[in-house]
Amino acid sequence: MATQHSRSAARLMMAPAVILLLGWMLVPLVMTLWFSFREYLPLRGGDMGFVGLENYIRFVTSSAFWPSVQTTLVLVGGVLLITTIFGILLALLLDQPMWGQGIVRILVIAPFFVMPTVTALVWKNMFMDPVNGLFAHIWKFFGAQPVEWLSQWSLFSIIIIVAWQWLPFATLILLTAIQSLDSEQLEAAEMDGAPPLKRFAYIILPHLSRALTVVVLIQTIFLLSIFAEIFVTTQGSFGTRTLTYLIYQRVLESQNVGLGSAGGIYAVILANIVAIFLMRIVGKNLDA
Amino acid sequence: MTFKIRTLMGAAAVCAIAAAANAQTTVTIATVNNGDMIRMQGLTEDFTAQNPDITLEWVTLEENVLRQRVTQDIASKGGQFDVLTIGTYEVPIWGKQGWLVSLNDLPAEWDADDILPAIRNGLTVDGELYAAPFYGESSMVMYRKDLMEKAGLEMPEAPTWDFIKEAAAAMTDKDAEVYGICLRGKAGWGENMAFLTAMGNSFGAKWFDEEWTAQFDSEAWANTLNFYMDLMTNYGPPGASTNGFNENLSLFQQGKCGMWIDATVAASFVTNPADSTVADQVGFALAPDNGLGKRGNWLWAWSLAIPAGSDATDAAKKFVAWATSKEYTALVAENEGWANVPPGTRTSLYENPEYAQVPFAKMTLDSINSADPTNPTIDPVPYTGVQFVAIPEFAGIATTVGQEFSAALAGQQTVEQALEKAQALTTEEMEAAGY
Amino acid sequence: MARNVTPQRKAINTVIAWAAGLLIFFPILWTILTSFKTEAQAISSPPVFLFFDWTLENYAVVQERSNYMRFLWNSVIIAGGSTVLGVLIAIPAAWSMAFVPSRRTKDILMWMLSTKMLPAVGVLYPIYLICIELGILDSRAALVVVLMLINLPIIVWMLYTYFKEIPGEILEAARMDGASLKAEILYVLTPMAVPGIASTMLLNFILAWNEAFWTLNLTAAKAAPLTAFIASYSSPEGLFYAKLSAASTMAIAPILILGWFSQKQLVRGLTFGAVK
Repeated sequence: MATQHSRSAARLMMAPAVILLLGWMLVPLVMTLWFSFREYLPLRGGDMGFVGLENYIRFVTSSAFWPSVQTTLVLVGGVLLITTIFGILLALLLDQPMWGQGIVRILVIAPFFVMPTVTALVWKNMFMDPVNGLFAHIWKFFGAQPVEWLSQWSLFSIIIIVAWQWLPFATLILLTAIQSLDSEQLEAAEMDGAPPLKRFAYIILPHLSRALTVVVLIQTIFLLSIFAEIFVTTQGSFGTRTLTYLIYQRVLESQNVGLGSAGGIYAVILANIVAIFLMRIVGKNLDA
Repeated sequence: MTFKIRTLMGAAAVCAIAAAANAQTTVTIATVNNGDMIRMQGLTEDFTAQNPDITLEWVTLEENVLRQRVTQDIASKGGQFDVLTIGTYEVPIWGKQGWLVSLNDLPAEWDADDILPAIRNGLTVDGELYAAPFYGESSMVMYRKDLMEKAGLEMPEAPTWDFIKEAAAAMTDKDAEVYGICLRGKAGWGENMAFLTAMGNSFGAKWFDEEWTAQFDSEAWANTLNFYMDLMTNYGPPGASTNGFNENLSLFQQGKCGMWIDATVAASFVTNPADSTVADQVGFALAPDNGLGKRGNWLWAWSLAIPAGSDATDAAKKFVAWATSKEYTALVAENEGWANVPPGTRTSLYENPEYAQVPFAKMTLDSINSADPTNPTIDPVPYTGVQFVAIPEFAGIATTVGQEFSAALAGQQTVEQALEKAQALTTEEMEAAGY
Repeated sequence: MARNVTPQRKAINTVIAWAAGLLIFFPILWTILTSFKTEAQAISSPPVFLFFDWTLENYAVVQERSNYMRFLWNSVIIAGGSTVLGVLIAIPAAWSMAFVPSRRTKDILMWMLSTKMLPAVGVLYPIYLICIELGILDSRAALVVVLMLINLPIIVWMLYTYFKEIPGEILEAARMDGASLKAEILYVLTPMAVPGIASTMLLNFILAWNEAFWTLNLTAAKAAPLTAFIASYSSPEGLFYAKLSAASTMAIAPILILGWFSQKQLVRGLTFGAVK
């Protein structure tokens, strides 16, 4: 039904958004590329000339590079794993008939409203502090030695904090998906005597695949650039230095803009690899 | 209810200020959320009453955020601030770059000659004073007199590291949650590395030799770190690898530390009965040494500087002169008592008989005077700075080195591994910086 | 969805679900409770849960130290402005993608999402330099634009999925009845699209409200929103859990209340329209 006329009208309507985003992507990207080939040290007098690929080589050969890539992937993977598993469980639970469903749903969404800085501050000080934190009190109550969360279990702790923030998102999407499931189909399966696990694996899970795709895609985009949670809690120590944080250290702590910019380009490449990977695996679900 | 009214009044005040701001010079002040600066913010009415044509805008930020913001702004000449709160690390570097306005022309009654020489030297580059010290600090030993007595020991005025270890062992009572010694373990160039670099000086360790070669493979560093690790694992509190100044302060105030070696400004917090449960039991001593001629105490001054390119330089100078004046000190003393005045910047303060009654006054002055930033280590070095190396790359390098040391304290690697990594990454970064 | 279950089963469900809900909500509850304690009670061992002397002192201190209303107002303007601007730009784009799809529509959508993967720390310098050049540092306008650009891909995508759900037959029916394009948009499409637009706006308002990197780095005094307000209460000298909690509560309360009152739209918003 689309005529040539409506096609060009459509292009016109899309133009502002596309041009703006193109500008937003290209201008900083080109500037970052430019800096990445230069020795740019603001504290030593600024732009000190062209250095070729030196920044790129220095960034990857630095002893901190590969561990930071690994940390990034573990962090993203860990949070995805926790939020999807617990998201499915919570969604199944919330789908059951109960009293006060609305209120429970409010309680479950709440973490999504809290700014990341506040989340990190609250968890770090009031829960994970080894002396005054609530966890320390609980451990002591049971006669155990309080755990030093942010040093001994640093990456795990950050995964927990981030997962707490993103669990509401996963739960809600999955809950909506479950609620749209044809209950007759489930009841029929139940009458046929299919055990709950089988019903879950053959009916519910396939139905959730599209919702899971959205969860994984959107979360990955946000998780790759996690910053505030690390800045507030460990400042990148104890193996929690992600690629984003490493770039931060290069650009702002060491004030080496050239080196940091090269790192930024690597981060874009990593993000795109992850994106392509995701598209391959889950992209087709989006068509449905 | 009163809260609501306050809020409304606050909103009304904003409108009023905004309306009056036209004929006014606005001075934007970036500062850190430390107690003394918060107090200054509360006392600004005194300044604005004297200077009705100047409006002050405060940007109060947590230390790490503040440092990142002001560095970013000055390095790219953003010009967002008219007054910066920076330390003795930044002043010489930024001053040399020509990024700061010289304060040599502050009015005569400001009395530059009254500033403590050690502090003044640290803020002067080629004869130009680039920042006015707001408060100065060194580090010293703070200890619990009652616990020391119970242990049957007596703290000398100038203890050695061996004595500190002996005392820490005697005071530790883990069942009662009393730990002999609390030291910084949290990674950061201004956290554990400030302490360890200063401690290293007393062990003969140094960051670089005269050719700017990293020295973490030296025996002196191994000795320093092993001694520190031994103290902390045996007599330190749990979770020490995440403890910075704040965490140790609260531990000490809760009575959980026998000794604490840290900034002299902490003295007024630990002796303040409102916050500290051990306020009347605190004694002070100089930072320890090893008999090698250097003590492990640092020198720092939070200072106010004006960035070149500020559009309100004259108004900013007026403010800086007011905030670091003798009159300001008197104003705080009048409002909050002598123990709460910003310490460590002026000779006249230490000659004041009223201030001499403050229990930590003398020890603070002695500590500051015994620190020598131009000659910090036992062997000669090409750099200045006691607990830092005054080069632009230091903050970045020391923070990553600090993370390795912190990981060692957390038991995630050995001292040898930490030193090896520190050596490698320092060499790497110095090469990247072109040394 | 009304399935029949035994009362016992329903009771068990209720208990488990409430326990899970309260567990997830607990950190927020604990923060709010702590904000009403004195500093000593906030770190007392063992911790006190409800039986302490409730005080408003922390809020008074926080208000005295920083002008909360100004930070709040900046947050509202920045989050609101960027959302409105974003939606205005996104509606035509999403509209044409949904109703006049081409082979490349999905590629364009994915490309838009991929612009979100550029790490903010990596481009801070370029953006900062541009803002200096334009003289828009510490202005709300700059943040409105930057946050709009950051969230635009999400806005376009959400609107696209909502618009796609609007059945094309209705449009054709309206056209056959002789409705003009203007009437079509005004009377047929708008009412059907409003709920989706509302959800989108709500979600993006929250995302913009909570954005803490650009809002902190591109502001000083005049345009500083609540994220900067929080940065003046984290890690001060000494342990001030109660004041930190009070400041945290003040920073999150407006959005928490907004979120709860508009829960229904938000739930739809959170699903990104991707799930029916």
